[in-house]
Amino acid sequence: MKLEQRKDLLGLRDMSRKEIELILDTAIPMKDVISRDIKKVPALRGKAMVTVFYENSTRTRTSFELAGKYLSADTVNLAVSTSSVQKGESLRDTIKTMEVMGFDLMVIRHAMSGTPHYVAKNTKMRVINAGDGTNEHPTQALLDMYTIKEKKGTLENLKVAIVGDILHSRVARSNIYGLKKFGCEVRVVGPTTLMPPEIEKLGVKSYFSLEEAINGVDVINVLRVQRERQQSGLFPSLDEYARLYMVNTKMLSKAKDDVLILHPGPVNRGVEISSELADSSQALINEQVSNGVAVRMALLFLMMGGARDEINN
Amino acid sequence: MRLIIKGGRVIDPANNIDELLDILIADGKIAAVEAGISEVNTETIDARNKIVCPGFIDMHVHLREPGFEYKEDIVSGTKAAAAGGFTTICAMPNTDPPVDNFVTASYIVDRAKILGVVNVLPIGTITKKQAGSELSAIAELVDAGCVAVSDDGKPVVRADIMRNALEYAKMFSIPVLSHCEDIDLAKGGLMHEGYFSTIYGLKGIPTAAEELMAARDIILAELTGAHIHICHASTKGSMDLVRNAKARGINVTCEVTPHHLTLSDEIVGSYDTFTKVNPPLRSSEHISALRAALQDGTVDCIATDHAPHNFESKDCEYELASFGISGLETAIAVVMDKLVNTGVLKINEMVGLFTVGPAKVLGIDKGSLTLGKIADISIIDPEARKVVNPNDFYSKGKNTPYKNMELKAWPWMTIVNGQVVYREGKVI
Repeated sequence: MKLEQRKDLLGLRDMSRKEIELILDTAIPMKDVISRDIKKVPALRGKAMVTVFYENSTRTRTSFELAGKYLSADTVNLAVSTSSVQKGESLRDTIKTMEVMGFDLMVIRHAMSGTPHYVAKNTKMRVINAGDGTNEHPTQALLDMYTIKEKKGTLENLKVAIVGDILHSRVARSNIYGLKKFGCEVRVVGPTTLMPPEIEKLGVKSYFSLEEAINGVDVINVLRVQRERQQSGLFPSLDEYARLYMVNTKMLSKAKDDVLILHPGPVNRGVEISSELADSSQALINEQVSNGVAVRMALLFLMMGGARDEINN
Repeated sequence: MRLIIKGGRVIDPANNIDELLDILIADGKIAAVEAGISEVNTETIDARNKIVCPGFIDMHVHLREPGFEYKEDIVSGTKAAAAGGFTTICAMPNTDPPVDNFVTASYIVDRAKILGVVNVLPIGTITKKQAGSELSAIAELVDAGCVAVSDDGKPVVRADIMRNALEYAKMFSIPVLSHCEDIDLAKGGLMHEGYFSTIYGLKGIPTAAEELMAARDIILAELTGAHIHICHASTKGSMDLVRNAKARGINVTCEVTPHHLTLSDEIVGSYDTFTKVNPPLRSSEHISALRAALQDGTVDCIATDHAPHNFESKDCEYELASFGISGLETAIAVVMDKLVNTGVLKINEMVGLFTVGPAKVLGIDKGSLTLGKIADISIIDPEARKVVNPNDFYSKGKNTPYKNMELKAWPWMTIVNGQVVYREGKVI
């Protein structure tokens, strides 16, 4: 089975539960590939992909590149800062250039919401959204869901709290869309100035008290706080933010005993999460990163590859 | 030169006419409006099953000339107007250079006289270079033919400057047109703030950004006794403010656009940059409020805010795309199809909103079929069906969110100063 009807992966909002399950299931054998001594399967030999990141990224870009390489795809990273983009080339021309070089798939990150959608409409290449502005970050949500499922055995009906800057978070949006498809109770918590309007219409509960929001939850997904939000007047100071919304070991007593702590990274220690908690066994920050490679392998394989059995053989 | 328009349904709200009549045009003027006009050797237009109206007026058009001729110019813009059924359009002054002086205003007037297909009335800026700090030479602008002042595209941020503009404009009996936008609240905004901005992850523009300034300008109109006109009003709150101010006798008028009356913020989810416009497409509750305000007389006129753009300005990331919709060539069909054909507006109300409505706002001697007036006439074919195809536009701006939409009831003929300038799909 493949993601046959789908040319692109732009977000989880428009993705079916079945498709998500397929990706997460396919990621299991992929994780096995990564744990082998020889981390290479020929599944995507002869396929070519390019990662185009218009915004800084350490883990996502590397993760995609490695995922492609483990599957034997030829992967190229377009270094945007040294490319023709700096000479004023339009996005349309950049895309066309990549397309005519023969790439099968483009992974794009962009600071502006909707840009992968624009790209997808204007190319024959398959497009994966690696994060667009404040819209979606579907592969992050998929790896979060994979990590939760791996630990909890299921995604069904879990209680998940997402903490922080919901307004600007593409991670929050993709997680909400994904988790809601599995019947999860999703709670969002953060300062009122960082809460998007009418968020509850997405089927989530919103809180401004961290303590109330994490009461009885199975998972806490802690979002990174960006310093420029403070500078644009959305909250008074990082200290005050930490005082209200820093997740630490002490307050976990409110959540379930086996609560999982996720964070998409990079972490601001002592701001949104205490160092102690970030380094604890409940925090799955590193597992998320390694699962990210497996999930992206699954996705690349399903979008460019052949039958699932090829992986096991 | 004589012309007879025979057998059409003549709707002239200014004169309370709505019946099957003939119109005789002689020497560019309305010579007779009555049944049974017939003359041998006079060209006669068979207008049976058509709706014959005073020439439509669009008081909010960006003609882009001078300075942005790659987006539109006086020739293409006035052709687009004729094709859209408009006989008179007002040219917004946010050109390069802006229309803040006699020379630039005269340039537009003269060019339009030589090359224009329809009447063009320029609007001058409120402040020099639209910079918001010093009043433009408004007497000069009026001398050159400007019928109003506006810093459209930019709000007048300072209340003291707006107050002075209102005081000063009173001497010339012209309205001050206000682009209402609190730039701090609207900063970085790309669409209406609400449910859909949340799910599309685009920065929202709150309704308060418009309403704060509309409220301020209405208060200043009350203070000064001057005429404030709210451009492209798009929110329920703006409608409430205008309704309330009118009830209190304040000299306020307002316009709404066809797109704010018919398209909601939901369609922005395509990230199609043709949906990007300022003020943004609002949610359905605001659309309903605008429609109610059309029905109860709060709205004085419909204006397109025709904002043509070149391909590159729209073929890019949503955030980088220019704001604006090319509206002249779809306005009448959109309003007919979405509002008249659906029963939201009566046909004679609709005609009023495009004729006597804007004429009154501007204080110009147009918008009626009164005997002796200049023969500016728009004829609609209420049965015509057409799919919107921007490649057929006369406008250089192909940026329309109505692309590929089928609409029923289109402009059929446009007559300016007694001359047929547009007929069944062709500008003559």
